[in-house]
Amino acid sequence: MSEPFEPKIVAFVCTYCTYAGADLAGTSRMKYASNVRIVRLPCTGRISPMFILKALQKGADGVLVSGCHPGDCHFAQGNYHARRRWTVFRALLAFTGIPEERIKFSWISAAEGAKFTELINGITGQIRTLGPFEQYQELQKVIETQSTY
Amino acid sequence: MAKIGVFVCHCGENIASMVDTAKLTATIADHPGVTVSSEYKYFCSDPGQETVKKAIRENGLTGVVVAACSPRMHEQTFRKACAEAGLNPYMLELANIREQCSWVHTDRDEATEKAIEITRSLVEKVKRNNDLKPISVPVTRRAMVIGGGVAGIQAAIDIASAGREVVLVEREPSIGGHMAQLSETFPTLDCSQCILTPRMVEALQHPNITMMTYSEVEEVDGYIGNFTVKVRRKARYVRMETCTGCGDCIQKCPVKKIPSDFECGLGNRTAIYTPFAQAVPNVPVIDRTRCTYFKNGKCKICQKTCQIDSIDFDQQDRIETVEVGAIVVATGFQVQNTAIYGEYGYGRYKDVVTGLHFERLASASGPTAGKILRPSDGKEPETVVFIQCAGSRDAAKGVKYCSKICCMYTAKHAMLYAHKVHHGNSQIFYMDIRAAGKGYDEFTRRAIEEDEAGYIRGRVSRVFEENGKLIVRGADTLLGRPVEVVADMVVLATAMVPQPDAKDFAKRIGIGYDEYGFFNEAHLKLRPVETATAGIYLCGACQSPKDIPDSVAQASAAAAKVLGLFSKEQLEREPVIASVTDATCAGCWGCVIACPYNAIDRKDITDRNGNVVKRVASVNPGLCQGCGTCVTFCRSNSIDLAGFTEKQIFAEVMAL
Repeated sequence: MSEPFEPKIVAFVCTYCTYAGADLAGTSRMKYASNVRIVRLPCTGRISPMFILKALQKGADGVLVSGCHPGDCHFAQGNYHARRRWTVFRALLAFTGIPEERIKFSWISAAEGAKFTELINGITGQIRTLGPFEQYQELQKVIETQSTY
Repeated sequence: MAKIGVFVCHCGENIASMVDTAKLTATIADHPGVTVSSEYKYFCSDPGQETVKKAIRENGLTGVVVAACSPRMHEQTFRKACAEAGLNPYMLELANIREQCSWVHTDRDEATEKAIEITRSLVEKVKRNNDLKPISVPVTRRAMVIGGGVAGIQAAIDIASAGREVVLVEREPSIGGHMAQLSETFPTLDCSQCILTPRMVEALQHPNITMMTYSEVEEVDGYIGNFTVKVRRKARYVRMETCTGCGDCIQKCPVKKIPSDFECGLGNRTAIYTPFAQAVPNVPVIDRTRCTYFKNGKCKICQKTCQIDSIDFDQQDRIETVEVGAIVVATGFQVQNTAIYGEYGYGRYKDVVTGLHFERLASASGPTAGKILRPSDGKEPETVVFIQCAGSRDAAKGVKYCSKICCMYTAKHAMLYAHKVHHGNSQIFYMDIRAAGKGYDEFTRRAIEEDEAGYIRGRVSRVFEENGKLIVRGADTLLGRPVEVVADMVVLATAMVPQPDAKDFAKRIGIGYDEYGFFNEAHLKLRPVETATAGIYLCGACQSPKDIPDSVAQASAAAAKVLGLFSKEQLEREPVIASVTDATCAGCWGCVIACPYNAIDRKDITDRNGNVVKRVASVNPGLCQGCGTCVTFCRSNSIDLAGFTEKQIFAEVMAL
C-alpha cells in the first residue's frame, strides 16, 4: 500500500440542527477532516435506512446520521422516529453484513460547531482504522457478472 | 433533456483560496446534463445574479446549481434570481463549498475534490427537482379564544381592537377566571377586581367580541386558517337576551346552602346563581343538580319572581358550530388538591386552608367582607403560619416544578394580614424565596422589613391540633434546630397544576402536553406562544405556572401572532410537503401514526357509482410541515416529500 487509506464518509443530517452546526464550524473556521460528504434533509425523520445502505453500496466506508437533540426537533418528534428506527435498524446490520461501527448516530445542535468538528475527526479516524468497506463492492461484482437485472 | 447551469462562486478569496475553482468549473462542465459551467468572484452580487439570469434565459436552463455558501445564507437570493429569469425557484440547489468545505479544510487538493463531489451530487439532485408552487391556504379572519381568565380576556381584546372578530369561550357562567377570586395583587397591591372587572366589561361590550359563557369546546376540526369548532352551549335556563341581571330570582331561591366554588367553599350560593356579584355577563344560571324544580318537579319560585319572564326551564344544551382561522388556548390552571399532605391536616382541620381560601378571606367582596377570620369559629387569628412549597418542588408527593407565584403571594398574604390584623404574627416556612420580577424582591423585602413577616427557612413536618390551637412543627435549617409554632391558622401555598381535564382537552383540539398536562409550546425559547399545531396559540397558566404580568404579556404575544396570520387573506406556505400516490397506498395508516402534526387523514376512493373502492392516506397541505417522517415510514413507497423526494436523494447519494 503506497498511500494511506482515506475513507469516504456520508453524513445524513437535518437542516435545522446539524447542518446549521456544520455551518457554524465553517463560520468559526474550525478545521476537520475532508472525508465527509453532507446530505441535507429537512429532518432526521426523513432519513431512511435505505439511504444508509445505498451510500455504503456506492462506496462509502462509513455513515453518519445526525439531527437535533431529543426534545429540540424542529418538527417536534421527527428525531424520536429516527432514533426508534435506528434502534431497529441496528439489529438488522449484522444481517446485512455491516459492522455496527461503520454507522454513527449523533445529536448535534446548531450551536455545536465544535462538537461537529470533533465528531467528524473522530469518525474519520475510527473508519480509517477499520479500513475500507469492501463487502458490498464484492457483492456488486457478483451481481454484475451474473447480471440478471 | 436536462440543461443544468453550474455557477461556481469564489466568494472573494473565501472559496477560491482553498478550492481550485477553475478545476471545479472545468470538471463539472463535462458532467452529463451540464450546459453552462462558469465561475465568478461574487455570484450573490448584482452583476453575479445578472450572469445567472442571463444564462438561464439564453440557454433555456432547466436547473441551476450555485456552488457557493450555505443555502441558509443565499438560497432565497438565488431562488429569487431564478424566478426573475422565468425558472421555477425550486429548480435551484446550493452546493455548500464554503461553510462546509473551503473554510474547514486545509488541503487544497482534498478541498477541491470534495467541492467537485458536492457540486456533482447536487447537479444530479437538481436534475430530478420538480416545479413547485407555494401553497395558498385561505384564512378565515376570525379568532377563537378558549378560556375567559385574564389571559383570554387580554388576547380577545387585543385581537378585537385590531379590527378582527373574536369568539371568547368560557365554561363557567362568568368570565374572570382565577384573577376574579384574588384579593389584592402583587407587587402593587391593587385590588384584583378593580383592575380586572373593567377589562371584563370591555370584552363584553366590544363590538368585535362574541362571548360564549357557560360553553365548552367539544371538537376542533380543520387546520390553520380554517378551523371548524363545535361549542356546547350549556343550558342556562335563563334567557340571555332578556335577563337584566336584577338578581330578584337569586334573592328568592329557597336553596341557599350550596357551597360556592368561587368562594372556595367558604361561602354559599343559591341554586340559581351568578358566581360572584360582578359577574360578566350578569346573567344567572340554574344549577340543575341542585334546583328543587329539576329534582322534584315543584318550586319555580324564580320563574314567578322574574318580572320579565326570563326563566326558561325548557332550555336544552345546543351545539354551535363556529368557523375560525386561529385559536388561542387560555384555559388556565387549578390549585392542587392539598389533601395529598395528610401531615398538614388539610381537610381535617378547618383552619388549615389554601392560598386561594386566604384570597377569598382577604377580599373585600369575599365571605367575610375582607376580614381575616378563621373558618372554624370566625375569630381573628393571632398567629398565622404560611407553608410555602406545599406541593411544588416536591417530587415525592407533589410536583417537581416551582409554581412560581407562591413566594410572591405568600409575602402578599403576610402583608395583607399585617394590614388587617395589626397585632398579628405571621410566620412563613420557606425553601427559598424566589422573587424574580419587576418590583418583586423589593416587595418581599417590604413584607419582612415593614410588615414584620417572620421567615423561617425549613420544612414543616407536621401540623396537629391541641387545645384549639394548631401546632406547627418543623425545622429551621439556618439555625439547625427544630421549631414549633402555636398557630391559629395555617395557610398552604398550594401548587398550580393543570386543569383536571387538560390532557383530554389537548387531545380533543390536537395540541401536545407535558408530563403534568401543561400544554406544549412549539419552542420554549423562540416560539413560546405557538403550539406545534399551526394556527393554535397558547397563553397564560395552561402552558406553565405564571403570574398575572406574564399571562397578560403572553396573551398579547399570542394576539400578535394571530394578527400576523390575519394580515393576509391567503396564507402562503413553502411547498415542501408530502403527498400520497393513491394507486399504491395500501391504507396501513403507518403515516397517520408517524405524523407529528396530525396532517394525514383517511380518504375514500369511490368508483363512478359512489361505492367506496378503497381507503387511502391523504396529506392535508395546510397542516403538513414537511418533515418527511411519513415518507420514511411508508412501507409501499407511496408518500413522497416535495423538494426531498426519494429519487432526488438517491441520485444525490449515488453521485457522491
